[in-house]
Amino acid sequence: MVRTHRAKALKGAYLALVLAFLYIPIVIMIALSFNKSVSRAEWTGFTLDWYAKLFQSKQIMAALRVTLEVAVLATAVSTVIGTLGAIGMQAMNTGMANVLVNMSYLPMTTPDIVTGVSLMLMFVFTKVPMGKWTMLMAHIAFDTPYVLFSVMPKLRQMNPNLYEAALDLGCSPLQALYKVILPEISPGIVTGALLAFTMSLDDFVISYFTSNTDQNLAMIVYSAARRGVEPTMYALSTLMFVAIMALLLAVNRRSGLENI
Amino acid sequence: MKRSWYASPYALWMVLFTVVPLLFVCWYAFTTPSGAFTLDNFSKIAQPMYLLVLWDSLRLALYCTALCLLIGYPTAYFLASRDFSRAQSLVVLIIVPMWMNFLLRTYAMMTLLEDNGVLNTLMRAMGLPGMKMIGTEGAVVLGMVYNYLPFMVLPIYTVLKKMDYSVIEAAQDLGCNPLQVVSRVVLPMSIPGVVSGITMVFMPAVTTFSISRLLSSGMVYLVGDMIEDYFISMNNRNVGSSISLVMLVLIILSIGFLRKVDPDSEGGGLW
Repeated sequence: MVRTHRAKALKGAYLALVLAFLYIPIVIMIALSFNKSVSRAEWTGFTLDWYAKLFQSKQIMAALRVTLEVAVLATAVSTVIGTLGAIGMQAMNTGMANVLVNMSYLPMTTPDIVTGVSLMLMFVFTKVPMGKWTMLMAHIAFDTPYVLFSVMPKLRQMNPNLYEAALDLGCSPLQALYKVILPEISPGIVTGALLAFTMSLDDFVISYFTSNTDQNLAMIVYSAARRGVEPTMYALSTLMFVAIMALLLAVNRRSGLENI
Repeated sequence: MKRSWYASPYALWMVLFTVVPLLFVCWYAFTTPSGAFTLDNFSKIAQPMYLLVLWDSLRLALYCTALCLLIGYPTAYFLASRDFSRAQSLVVLIIVPMWMNFLLRTYAMMTLLEDNGVLNTLMRAMGLPGMKMIGTEGAVVLGMVYNYLPFMVLPIYTVLKKMDYSVIEAAQDLGCNPLQVVSRVVLPMSIPGVVSGITMVFMPAVTTFSISRLLSSGMVYLVGDMIEDYFISMNNRNVGSSISLVMLVLIILSIGFLRKVDPDSEGGGLW
């Protein structure tokens, strides 16, 4: 009995160490965002100056706008075409549907950097000016599979006769879609949309290669980090961290994080 | 209108923005800037200098994967053991950093490792000499492990959690000692999780560019950095494309290999 007790304590200590490894850097960064001194070496008192600076910076506010615009639009478009895609694929013959499912795995298995440069090549070749619109197109492309894969299981769970029944009872196909199918699969749609929004908000690599004129927040963090560490970036990181956490809590409430 | 037509905008978008761009990579990789067919881009990257970069990327990614496995397997095993009543929330705690932007995580790591960073300050305060950490391979590997550890823990945990606990009890009843239980029963049964964990850590680790750049101030140069340079600062997209293509093929081959090792795994799905 004593032995199992000690084993449990050791396991607990190990897990605590792993968690400390994962969290101490983040906690230090959050703490430093409130530090008066520019130096990371000393604590000279509490301040919100870095946050004030953040909101005064035109560049950062512009990047915040780009990030939100792209994330909102990419989520809207990918939710619509991803949901319709899942509904359509269910009605297809399996061969065709398999081709499409495999195509959806493509952006998930291709390394981000290759996806980024491949899109860049296409935009350069077609002479499309690279800014937030090209970034948006790229984001829709990597967001949509997440919507698709959130909606598909819900569709499979649905009773297939419901749609037929709606048609028999006089619904037009369009009415059957929004009166019968959409309400049934709406939890999957919302989860997919939240995931897409998070992914878009979070993306750096693909945005970096698909936009020249407009920067999103992650691109700002990268260029600032290449110049060295700045406390305003700690403030920005803290806010981004809090935003992502809030979104994830929302997703988690719906589906349980481990299932994503 | 037939219902399958609803998928057409989706299909169109995927073809236009994932398949077509990849075809552009192939096309650029086999042409000169003026558009003539050539294999020069590939013979260029077969030179020792490029092969060394490729080798460094593979080597550091392997270190990172090995460390993640070494740290992550016991983590997953302890989480899946029935010792902790609140294991579920511990799992969520491990997963949460995975969703934090990797640049922010790397930035946090920079803060710790810099010459005047938190760790060096602490060491000096304790009377120890400071240590050069940024710019070393160790810092890059540490940054990768920090970023990718949860990707190793999660799939292994999922497999171990689903394992039938009575199998372990049976092994104990049949005379296995705890070590044998792990090596003969738990480990073999968790291979699918290990395989997808390796995929999910190794693939992004090989292709990373910003982590090495930020944590080594350019001292450690990896394939991802090279691709970035060819596309962004050197503007030689043809050679850049051939490197990307080689890397993509290597990754598809290794996913194929891992699938062979474990045909049932859903590995490589998420990163």
